[in-house]
Amino acid sequence: LPGARSAVPGAMVMDKPTSYTDATSYNNFYEFGTDKADPASYAHTLKTRPWTVSIEGECAKPGRFDIETLLKLSAMEERLYRLRCVEGWSMVIPWVGYSLSELLKKAEPTSKAKYVEFTSLADKQQMPGVRSGVLDWPYVEGLRIDEAMHPLAMLVFGMYGEVLPNQNGAPLRVALPWKYGFKSAKSIVKIRFTEKEPVSSWTKAAQQEYGFYSNVNPNVPHPRWSQATERRIGEDGLFAKKRPTLMFNGYEAQVGQLYAGMDLKRNY
Amino acid sequence: MLFLLCLLPLAWLFYAAATNQLGANPAEALIRRLGDWTLRGLWLTLAITPLRELAGLSALARFRRLLGVYSFVYATLHLLAYGWLDMGLDMADIGRDIAKRPFILMGFTAWALMLPLFATSFNKAIKALGAKRWQTLHKAVYAVAVIALMHFIWMRAGKHNFTEPAVYGALLAVLLGWRVIRRLRTA
Repeated sequence: LPGARSAVPGAMVMDKPTSYTDATSYNNFYEFGTDKADPASYAHTLKTRPWTVSIEGECAKPGRFDIETLLKLSAMEERLYRLRCVEGWSMVIPWVGYSLSELLKKAEPTSKAKYVEFTSLADKQQMPGVRSGVLDWPYVEGLRIDEAMHPLAMLVFGMYGEVLPNQNGAPLRVALPWKYGFKSAKSIVKIRFTEKEPVSSWTKAAQQEYGFYSNVNPNVPHPRWSQATERRIGEDGLFAKKRPTLMFNGYEAQVGQLYAGMDLKRNY
Repeated sequence: MLFLLCLLPLAWLFYAAATNQLGANPAEALIRRLGDWTLRGLWLTLAITPLRELAGLSALARFRRLLGVYSFVYATLHLLAYGWLDMGLDMADIGRDIAKRPFILMGFTAWALMLPLFATSFNKAIKALGAKRWQTLHKAVYAVAVIALMHFIWMRAGKHNFTEPAVYGALLAVLLGWRVIRRLRTA
């Protein structure tokens, strides 16, 4: 899946990309199991065709979009994003897709659309992890509408110039480089505009640990570990000191104004 | 023989680390697997007495201390791996982490409780303490196992992943439950 080099500011970081092997074998995708190696082992059962995404809620033009239509909706761009997991590790991934706003605009959200909610597929037949009670399925994530409309918020169909592998959230997912990885919903089947703040799956599971915003922030520790540093997968050696985590994962210049005046310790 | 057998997981971990077979995040894998083997070592140590009495395998008795010592060795390596690979051996940082995070404190407490048991694990110490006092002191292993299990549960609670802690918990309940029942019967 080819994409042209993106011109969106901040879309091409200077960091060295993570190896394809690491990026496709070390995944958190609980629908296929809780072990990092589970998605690569079990996601082959996921059927990504036919696939439709329904767009609902506070918008003038709700509807169902076929994956083939979505692939042609806007020009494919390649963007090199940092990915920081809430667990304290990070990667650098060349994603292929386009700004999420391209799709959202088509639905013409109304003035009541204050938030966007993403729902992932939760099919026991295709996803063995959904049988476990780790989370309240289906996986739900959400953004404030201005966050979702930010040009860096990306709708992703591929990585490393290829079609998105199943374990990475095929056939389409979002990538939000300034937020912890779990905010980027995978294998999306529904996008809903809402007036009220959506309740994310992880917030529902442990509210004091996973807030709605979950912006990468070295100054706000997770209750179980510090977020001040991170280990870059494949790059920081076994005995290397971990690297410092950057505010908004290094995207402060682009997204900082979205949170102007907000207490980020309270809105974690 | 058992001495060598207990070294096997460690040798395998060293080999896997050296040949890059620990996956994308080798530091995390190393820390977690050393923790796994500590728990397994402790559980095996606690299984010796019930096995000995239930199956009449009195020959097992002499392995109990060796398994205990190995559990401590794995616990120490687990702690060292965390301190080194995760915290960069920054003592001030490690101290803060232990004070701030209950699950780290649990793990550290379990290790600290094992320390006197390890220090008195040789024959002369038994003589010096007297068998009775030595026995009493080494009952601390029950507390160590419970605290280690809490450390594991608490760690997994972060991602709501309780399958393995439940298995370890059930096994420990059997191991300790058997002792309680035996005590009640003989009383």
